[in-house]
Amino acid sequence: MKQFISFVRKEFYHVLRDRRTLLILFGMPIAQILLFGFALTNEVKDSEILVVDYAKDAASQQVITRIGASRYFKIRKAALTHKEILATFQTGKIKAVLVFPANFNEDLLRSNKAQIQIITDAIDINTANMITNYMSAIILDYQNQISENLKIPYQITAETRMLYNPQLKGAHGFVPGVMALVLMLVSVMMTAISIVKEKETGTMEILLVSPFKPVMVIFAKAFPYLILSLVNVTAILLLSVFVLDLPVKGSVPLLFAESTLFIITCLALGIFISIKTDSQQVAMLISLMGMLLPTMMFSGFLFPIENMPLALQIISNIVPSKWYYIIVKSIMIKGLGISALWKETLILLGMTLFLLGVSLKSFKIRLQ
Amino acid sequence: MAADEKVIVADKLTKRFGDFIATNEITFEVSKGEIFGFLGANGAGKTTAMRMLCGLSAPTSGNAQIAGYDIYSQTELIKKNIGYMSQKFSLYENLTILENIEFFGGIYGLTDQQIKVKTEELVNRLGLKSEAKKLVGSLPLGWKQKLSFSVAVLHEPKIVFLDEPTGGVDPVTRRQFWDLIYEAADRGITIFVTTHYMDEAEYCNRISIMVDGRLEVLDTPANLKRSFGVGTMDEVFYQLARSAKRGD
Repeated sequence: MKQFISFVRKEFYHVLRDRRTLLILFGMPIAQILLFGFALTNEVKDSEILVVDYAKDAASQQVITRIGASRYFKIRKAALTHKEILATFQTGKIKAVLVFPANFNEDLLRSNKAQIQIITDAIDINTANMITNYMSAIILDYQNQISENLKIPYQITAETRMLYNPQLKGAHGFVPGVMALVLMLVSVMMTAISIVKEKETGTMEILLVSPFKPVMVIFAKAFPYLILSLVNVTAILLLSVFVLDLPVKGSVPLLFAESTLFIITCLALGIFISIKTDSQQVAMLISLMGMLLPTMMFSGFLFPIENMPLALQIISNIVPSKWYYIIVKSIMIKGLGISALWKETLILLGMTLFLLGVSLKSFKIRLQ
Repeated sequence: MAADEKVIVADKLTKRFGDFIATNEITFEVSKGEIFGFLGANGAGKTTAMRMLCGLSAPTSGNAQIAGYDIYSQTELIKKNIGYMSQKFSLYENLTILENIEFFGGIYGLTDQQIKVKTEELVNRLGLKSEAKKLVGSLPLGWKQKLSFSVAVLHEPKIVFLDEPTGGVDPVTRRQFWDLIYEAADRGITIFVTTHYMDEAEYCNRISIMVDGRLEVLDTPANLKRSFGVGTMDEVFYQLARSAKRGD
């Protein structure tokens, strides 16, 4: 035990003395949370839209007022021809154009069928989609209101409810994603690098010649990163609660328990990489290409897995961060408990045990 | 030198990697407190032999006892009783001298009290009192090597293995380094040292020279020179190494 403590203390000296390591450890999560939270948002706020109102009647005015009142849009008015509209798009300043044909009110009242044209700049698909959705919702809302007055029977309206995230806050999706990403980086990459570094400098031999058991060397190397990763989880959660205003709906202890499990998965991966490589650069490259990219692509954090081709969907199942992402999302945002997440937890546990087994086995082979 | 107590006994120790015989039936004995030089050209099999003796790699065949313990079944006990210093510098650069001593003392299972006494002793002996709280990385190479050796014998092992300990160090510092080695040998620690410097070979009590995995000669420097009919160890080594078929 004394040996273990000596080792862990030494490991902390290494980490705390290396400014670059410290920066990656603590600067990165904070930077990522703040970046994703404030800068890289895919929400549509204050988009400038151009209203071309050929109707200029009561109905069109009401719709325009409603759209202008929402915080998503800023309205500019102009009477333009179709050609001029295209030219305005090319300047890139406006995100959408809303065109009311003449006799809008008339059509609405007489034929019960009026049309509004929404033209968006679909180069940025997400923004275009979101703008159309928001606008349609506002228009639908207006339509519902006037139909109520008119009491037209047999009308089907789709009522949309955005569950768990009614304000459509972008932060909801990315906090669990950033957690998976940061833990991958800290636990896989830094552990792998720190073990390989001992090999490179020759100190690994000294450790292996010492009475400290080889397996314990590996555990003692990994242990500090478990602690540091948990510190990171805490920091990210604090930031998300106090800075991004995103509370943890489910159980915090459960969240930490699941995070610990995922961290151990990552540590096992890091150990495996470190056993298979001999230089810090290679270890870093493998960690980045082999672990970080799959986390970004296959965890569902940036790209929805449901939309991927079947082959990629299957591949996504072997990426541990996918399961962790699902778990964190469910606990933080939906407030689900272990009864709803036992399957994902078991999968993660299985992966952890498998990776630990493989690492230890290849470590023993290596020693011969 | 107590000639009767043997701390290293190797009997036909062999290590094969596939068809390649890295170490071919080497047989020798080393007495307690002896300074034993282990020489050979690059690729002669020194490192492999040393790794087996340290318990880092299992022999293919043959037997050996290190400090009285069996090389196959008692590696844990062997590790407690040996020290090791490699050609690569073996302390942590971003730890201070004190922290390095503390760490290595710790993993060798010394108590805090023992570590404290040892640290005091070591720092005074090397005259590093004012540097004790400096990072090892900031020390000159010669000091690092001396420190590294002192740390390797911190737990008073029965044998210390030195793998080209003085590589890249100037002659004056090398001389000082050997003073440390003599001191340790006087305390009864057996020194097992590999080197490429033939002046250092002269400092050893006995020398063995490996050629192509075999232990070609083993004797005192004076006897070797006499039997080869040459004046320096350099020439002895050259004559033997010339017959080698294996290069790097």
